[in-house]
Amino acid sequence: MAEKKINLLVKVWRQPSTTSVGSFVDYKISVSPDSSFLEMLDEINNDLEKKNLEPIAFESDCREGICGTCGLVINGQPHGPIPKIATCQLHMRNFKDGDTVWVEPFRAKAFQVMKDLIVERSGLDKIIAAGGYISVNTGSIPDANAIPISKERSSIAMDAAACIGCGACVAACKNASAMLFVSAKVSQLALLPQGQPERTRRVQNMVKVMDELGFGSCSNTYACEAECPKGISVKNIARLNREFILANVKSDNIEA
Amino acid sequence: MNWLFRSLNSSIGKKVIMAITGISLILFLLVHLANNLTLFAGPSTFNTVVKSLDSIKPFIRVIEVILALIFIFHIFNGVRLWYENKIARPTPYAVNGSSKNSTLLSRTMIHTGSIIFIFLVIHLSTFWNAFNFSDLHRTHSYYEFTADMFSNVYYSIFYIIAMIILGFHLNHGFQSAFQTFGWNNNKYFPLVKALGFLYSVLMAVAFSSIPIYFLLIGGN
Amino acid sequence: MAKLDPKIPAGPLQEKWVNHKFNMKLVNPANKRKYDIIIVGSGLAGASAAASLGELGYKVKVFTYNDSPRRAHSISAQGGINAAKNYQNDGDSIYRLFYDTIKGGDFRAREANVYRLAEVSNSIIDQCVAQGVPFAREYGGMLDNRSFGGAQVSRTFYARGQTGQQLLLGAYSSLMRQVHLGNVELFTRREMIDLVTIDGQAKGIVVRNMVDGAIEKYSAHAVVLATGGYANVFFLSTNAMNCNTTAIWRAHKKGAFFANPCFTQIHPTCLPIHGEGQSKLTLMSESLRNDGRIWVSKLKKDMREPNDIPEEERDYYLERKYPSFGNLSPRDISSRSAKEVVDEGRGAKGGDAVYLDFKDAINRLGKHVIEERYGNLFEIYETITGENPYNVPMKIYPAPHYTMGGLWVDYNLMSTIPGLFVLGEANFSDHGANRLGASALMQGLADGYFVAPYTIGDYLASAKPKKESLDHPAFDTVKKENEELIGKLLSIKGKQTVDDIHKKLGRIMWNKVGMGRNEKGLKEAIKEIADLRVEFWKDVNVVGTDKDINQCLERAGRLIDYLELGELMARDALERNESCGGHFREEYQTPEGEALRNDEEYAFVSAWEYKNLGSWELNKEPLIYENVQLATRSYK
Repeated sequence: MAEKKINLLVKVWRQPSTTSVGSFVDYKISVSPDSSFLEMLDEINNDLEKKNLEPIAFESDCREGICGTCGLVINGQPHGPIPKIATCQLHMRNFKDGDTVWVEPFRAKAFQVMKDLIVERSGLDKIIAAGGYISVNTGSIPDANAIPISKERSSIAMDAAACIGCGACVAACKNASAMLFVSAKVSQLALLPQGQPERTRRVQNMVKVMDELGFGSCSNTYACEAECPKGISVKNIARLNREFILANVKSDNIEA
Repeated sequence: MNWLFRSLNSSIGKKVIMAITGISLILFLLVHLANNLTLFAGPSTFNTVVKSLDSIKPFIRVIEVILALIFIFHIFNGVRLWYENKIARPTPYAVNGSSKNSTLLSRTMIHTGSIIFIFLVIHLSTFWNAFNFSDLHRTHSYYEFTADMFSNVYYSIFYIIAMIILGFHLNHGFQSAFQTFGWNNNKYFPLVKALGFLYSVLMAVAFSSIPIYFLLIGGN
Repeated sequence: MAKLDPKIPAGPLQEKWVNHKFNMKLVNPANKRKYDIIIVGSGLAGASAAASLGELGYKVKVFTYNDSPRRAHSISAQGGINAAKNYQNDGDSIYRLFYDTIKGGDFRAREANVYRLAEVSNSIIDQCVAQGVPFAREYGGMLDNRSFGGAQVSRTFYARGQTGQQLLLGAYSSLMRQVHLGNVELFTRREMIDLVTIDGQAKGIVVRNMVDGAIEKYSAHAVVLATGGYANVFFLSTNAMNCNTTAIWRAHKKGAFFANPCFTQIHPTCLPIHGEGQSKLTLMSESLRNDGRIWVSKLKKDMREPNDIPEEERDYYLERKYPSFGNLSPRDISSRSAKEVVDEGRGAKGGDAVYLDFKDAINRLGKHVIEERYGNLFEIYETITGENPYNVPMKIYPAPHYTMGGLWVDYNLMSTIPGLFVLGEANFSDHGANRLGASALMQGLADGYFVAPYTIGDYLASAKPKKESLDHPAFDTVKKENEELIGKLLSIKGKQTVDDIHKKLGRIMWNKVGMGRNEKGLKEAIKEIADLRVEFWKDVNVVGTDKDINQCLERAGRLIDYLELGELMARDALERNESCGGHFREEYQTPEGEALRNDEEYAFVSAWEYKNLGSWELNKEPLIYENVQLATRSYK
């Protein structure tokens, strides 16, 4: 409802396809401070379409910060300057009239740019497929209250489970490491009694696939935690390390 | 032993190698420092200490070989991680926002490490070489040699800078090793961080105090 | 009406599903791998069905337009999931959950389906806990429950304000396990654009590969649509940006009947529109109404700051009109009342919003209590609006949220096209004219985990459908039709953008097929939508090519279907001369302004059969209530 608009110079990474060379293109926009960042891009796109020019390709879905689809690097920070929100929750009132805003895709060897700001993040699914689950078939289940789980433990598991799989941790890490993502799932399941039977092989298999996909390794800069829209703690990475070390020391499986 | 090789070769395994070798070097630095601080007790004490170490040479040699291996593992593995991590992000960002999400020290381990490596080479080629393979071996005037070295302002300044950078490297490395081992929880990790900070300051200050001392007293 | 056989099993309500399961034909374990099943959509219903069918040994192909199955819009559900566990010992039972759901739906749902839903609800909780879903717990380690609208018992299980996310990630993890085991093949970034029927049976689908633009054909023994709702027909809704009706709409045009399209749920507590650039509406949890008081100024066009409006000039209209339920009146009533006061020109600062005020609650309970209860929501509100709700009243307004209507299905969740199953929000089956909070998650997972795996098996074993070769001319015909459609879209090169036209459609729908509907408005809407369709095909500009990622083309393709569905929604609303649940016809209300149902004439499901563009035939499935007595809802 605020009528005053702010004027920005937006520099957006445009790249027609994975194999083509990209570059920054400048867009000038006058936008309401109540708009979200993605709505600002919508407006640029609407103008482009009116001029019969190709709109900027970027992904978003729920626009409530939970689906993990959106993810842009804004002025060098994944999901922009405000902590603990996804790109879709960033609003233009956080920018000043006359600002220059740089918009880039998430960058990692494991996240190829597909077009403009869209990257391929299926690697994260492959890591989950390697073991990010409890192997229980539909129906082969005890009563939900058969296993008591302490409120504290359940709550820590929930903290880890809150991960939205957006990949901002990879984008923020100078090594493009996926450790925070992997550790969140490993932690959630390692903390719960249901996750115990597969605890050893789960961590081994998930780390194996993570390494194969070309993510970097963790050097404990904790940039991932600082940029995570859900504030997932690096304590989970510590837990992942512990789980991995113990799994390798204790398990008798020489193949893993 | 394939499994061990595979485990240590994984991304976490490589970090564990960094942490184990790093902690070992942290312990070594304590011993080294204790030894150096005897300089403050005067020439006779220091020379006696070094001489006594000289008398158990075979044992020292074994320790040195182990230490060398630890250093080589730490350095080789560190460079390898740095290189692999660089490949994991082939295209850099146009705007680097890392200063907003992480500390400079945590991001520059390869740089501080490289400087420490250069220092190490010079340090070995001067002190270690002289203590082991020069006339000192006969005269046992280690103290005098040391005082002489540090009377050179340029060498002392280089030494002090290297020690400060060592402090930077240790500050991140200390707590990082604990994180890698998985020892990070609400209760103790703040303590680990504080301890790491104190330790790194102690190392930088205590090691630097020696050239400063010799500069001030002019080697006498 | 021989066309519509709901195939409700005979026998007492409580025994229908049990007996039906026993009477079903089974597929021999060794033969299961010979059957291919296509599942479109990877939300709660799609992912749970895919995982369960994969576990049984069928060969499953899952399609999603997202980059990952974990992105499906089920993930946004906040509140919780209902189940008749009676862990609280407060008198809950399967029958009570069944009754509450039927009543909440304003007696426009099928008894047998709803009873089955309540019956399997308990297994859902067991299943999710076994998967590692971290539901909220009590100190003793047992599961915690909260209460929700439309029920007098605490039966809602929750995981903070992220229940949908946790349930979806549970189903997704089971799905990924089957992908890993090779039973499920995943096709991401594929949008289903048509159904292939041969001899009236569903035999496969045609999808657009959203990366390279290729139109791809897939064949199977059965096709399952679990593609969610169509609230984005309003342009602005709480649905995710990509939610669309294309899959079910194109199946509808291939012969699947569309049931109760006008039953739309408008959620009362959403954030208001900030301006023309608004892309979607954000839901704020309904729980806020427990402590917040809803009001507007007594004056029209009152431009004062809310804190400057004195107490005596405020109208707490819900408390005034519904003294016993007050601010906790059901969704449809709260939404409609907000529209009324805004239409009178009494909205917040003359705009489309009403105040939700926590001042009294903060004075009574202290700020820390409010912070404990709603701190997270207040933060979200401040992030989006830049206003601090501890100091300034929140501004809220209703927004389209959920669509009870969908493809018509029988008791087996099969549509009128043999071999085409429809699950979750995409079907019409369980919520009648209004859905209760925390029931959407329950239905999606019930369909996917515990109903479809049985009924699809029964279909395969008894109908013994044949899988057609992709070389069958029917596949190529459908493929060609769609290639031509896309070519046509790209060649129009008009002056309006896709969103320009979608916004126009949204305005028609919101004003005339929204919260309050009347004959005149609906008739106008039918004509305006038809005109807008013509305008679209003349004047839209779809930029780019069909050979790569083209989001403009994706949106245009979806809008084609909204422009047709919108008309059917208006026609259905016009046909239903009564008010019930989310469907409020202004002509049919009590003297006090309450919804006036007409059970004599309208206790049926409207199932629309597509004839050709702008023309449908209405089929009616009578709703027979053998167990519950139809009653008027009263919240006074």
